[in-house]
Amino acid sequence: MVNIVLNGEEKQVAAGTVTALIDEIGLDGRKVAVERNLEIVPKSQYLGTALSDGDRIEIVHFVGGG
Amino acid sequence: MPDTIAQELNTAETWTVAGRTFTSRLIVGTGKYKDYAQNAAAARASGAEIVTVAVRRVNLTDPNQPMLMDFVKPDEFTYLPNTAGCFTGEDAVRTLRLAREAGGWDLVKLEVLSDPKTLYPDMEETLRSLKLLVKDGFSVMVYCSDDPVYARKLEEAGAAAIMPLAAPIGSGLGIQNPVTLRIIIENAKVPVLVDAGVGTASEAAEAMELGCDAVLMNTAIAEAKDPIRMARAMKHAVIAGREAYLAGRMPRKLYADPSSPLAGLI
Repeated sequence: MVNIVLNGEEKQVAAGTVTALIDEIGLDGRKVAVERNLEIVPKSQYLGTALSDGDRIEIVHFVGGG
Repeated sequence: MPDTIAQELNTAETWTVAGRTFTSRLIVGTGKYKDYAQNAAAARASGAEIVTVAVRRVNLTDPNQPMLMDFVKPDEFTYLPNTAGCFTGEDAVRTLRLAREAGGWDLVKLEVLSDPKTLYPDMEETLRSLKLLVKDGFSVMVYCSDDPVYARKLEEAGAAAIMPLAAPIGSGLGIQNPVTLRIIIENAKVPVLVDAGVGTASEAAEAMELGCDAVLMNTAIAEAKDPIRMARAMKHAVIAGREAYLAGRMPRKLYADPSSPLAGLI
């Protein structure tokens, strides 16, 4: 298990990579963007980006706005 | 005598921002609707080709909640990601980098606001943010005050479009300062859009009659009793205002001038 801060909340997750994390939450990876410790994680690198204890992960998508 | 009716209105008239060409001069927001289905219907009724969108955290507890992209589809509309909620340049860059990764869009709307009561743009921070974004490779359409001096500074700093307010965001007060808007429009070499404050169709037409390139609105449509009908009204108002601007209005006169000839009276 890895202890991360996900969208501002402390979470313990089983996922070892960004791809696994997106699957674990139940999101469609094509419709989100991911930031790890303030750095963008390109979609092509989801699989190869390992999660470590203390990582601050943001997962965002588009919502209605003006 | 040539058939004047055949001299069709130039319906192919377009405008271009950051190298991208559009026919519709109405950009609509996607906030404040009852649901995404109504939102999509209104966007279609407005004829808009560009919609503004915001970037927010996904809902971790309910990942299956409806998503904007499933209704207002990116293959149907050009997404214009905004920086709503950002108060510094660093926040704006961070947000838009995420937007760029989410959908690959580098045409963005910058808005850096000052306080929640007026939502008035913080122009000093807006200018600083613009410079950071331009350096990062973004094409930036900038929400701004109707200050001709700042409008010039934004253009000099590389803004792709200048978007002064008509009135505070969501106020529906209409065009408060046509004089400064005119000055901004006449001096800008990049597109000028009136963004925020339009409340009804006549005000959208008025914005276009001032000579701006397009109008951006959200609340006027979303908070109308019938948003889809208002979206359609706005579409026609923007076209009417543009046509009137191109046609050139008649001079204002103090006294009457008869429309029927005085000669040949019985």
